[in-house]
Amino acid sequence: MYESCGCGVPGDIIIARPGTKAPVNPGTIKIEPLYKHPHDHHPHSHDQVHGHTINVEEGILTRNNLTAQRNRGWLEAKSILTLNLISSPGSGKTSLLEKTITDMKGEIPVFIIEGDQQTMNDANRIDAVGAPVVQINTGNGCHPDADMVFRAFKELEPSEKSVLMIENVGNLVCPSLFDLGESKRVAIICVTEGEDKPIKHPTMFESSDICCLILLISSP
Amino acid sequence: MHEVAIAPGILEIAERYTAEAKASFVPEIVLDIGTVSGVVVDALEFALESVCKGTIIEKAKIITNEIPATGPCLFCGEEFNVEAVFAQCPACEEYNINIIQGKELKVRSLVVE
Repeated sequence: MYESCGCGVPGDIIIARPGTKAPVNPGTIKIEPLYKHPHDHHPHSHDQVHGHTINVEEGILTRNNLTAQRNRGWLEAKSILTLNLISSPGSGKTSLLEKTITDMKGEIPVFIIEGDQQTMNDANRIDAVGAPVVQINTGNGCHPDADMVFRAFKELEPSEKSVLMIENVGNLVCPSLFDLGESKRVAIICVTEGEDKPIKHPTMFESSDICCLILLISSP
Repeated sequence: MHEVAIAPGILEIAERYTAEAKASFVPEIVLDIGTVSGVVVDALEFALESVCKGTIIEKAKIITNEIPATGPCLFCGEEFNVEAVFAQCPACEEYNINIIQGKELKVRSLVVE
C-alpha cells in the first residue's frame, strides 16, 4: 500500500540486478496486525447494523514500521550493519559509495541497494566498482518503503558480517517518515547546498543518527 | 507528497476495523496528527479525498486533532511548546529539545455503521 505515492500503482515498482530486464518480485510480506479489536464486550449480535465508535489508537505507519522492525531483526541476526543514506538529489551519495567500496575492498563485504524513481544508472555505476547491487525503481513513488527494501535484500542476499548500504532516493522530505529497518540513518549534505540545509529540512536531520558533510576541493 | 502514501494507511486501518465489526460504512474518522510529525494536515485531507474515492471511507467526516509539540530542554529542563523541530529554549536559549509530544500520526477512533 505504501508503494504508491501519488498516482503510482504497485506494478510501477521494479527491483532488479544490473544486466537483468525482468523485474524481480518475490512477493510482499503479510504483516498481521498486532492488536485485534475485541468484540466480546458488545452485548448485541454483530448482525445488528448501527453506528458505533471504535477506539482505534493505531499508528498510520504501523504496517511499514512492523515490516521495518522485521527487516532490522533479520539484518541484526546476520550481523549486517545497515545504513540508510539520505540526501538531496545530486549531493554525491553515489560518488561517496563508489569511493567507499573501492577503499574498503578486501576489508569487509559491502552490499548496496540503490533507490531511484527510474533507471538502472546508479546500480550500473556500483556494479562497475565491483559491489553486489540491487536497484529499486519506485516508479511514481517519492520514497522506498520497508517492504521494497525487504524484497531488495531477498534478491541481494547479503552475507553475514557485512555492510549493507541503502541509497535512498534524493529527497530530504518524504523518506524521513519511512523506517526501512536500518541500523543507522545517515543524512548527507554537500557544502554547495548551503549551511542552512539542516534548518530548512529539520525533520530529516532530526531523525538521522549520523550527518556526513561532503567537501569539494578544486585544485587550481 | 508523501501524504498520498499515508492516506492508504488510514484506509487500511478503517477497512480492517470495519470488517471486524461487520459494518460496511465509516461516517467519521478521528485522527491525531502531531505538529512536527512531518505531515501537512491540509495535504493529508486532500490526499484522503482523492485516494479514498469509491471506498468505505469516501463519505467519512475527517476530524483532525492537531497535537502540539512539547518537550523538556535537555540543558535546563524547561518544558515548552515548540513550532519546529529545532526550537530555542525560552529559558536558557539553547537548541536541544527532547520532543515528547507532537510526532503523533495515528487513527484515534472510527465510527462504523
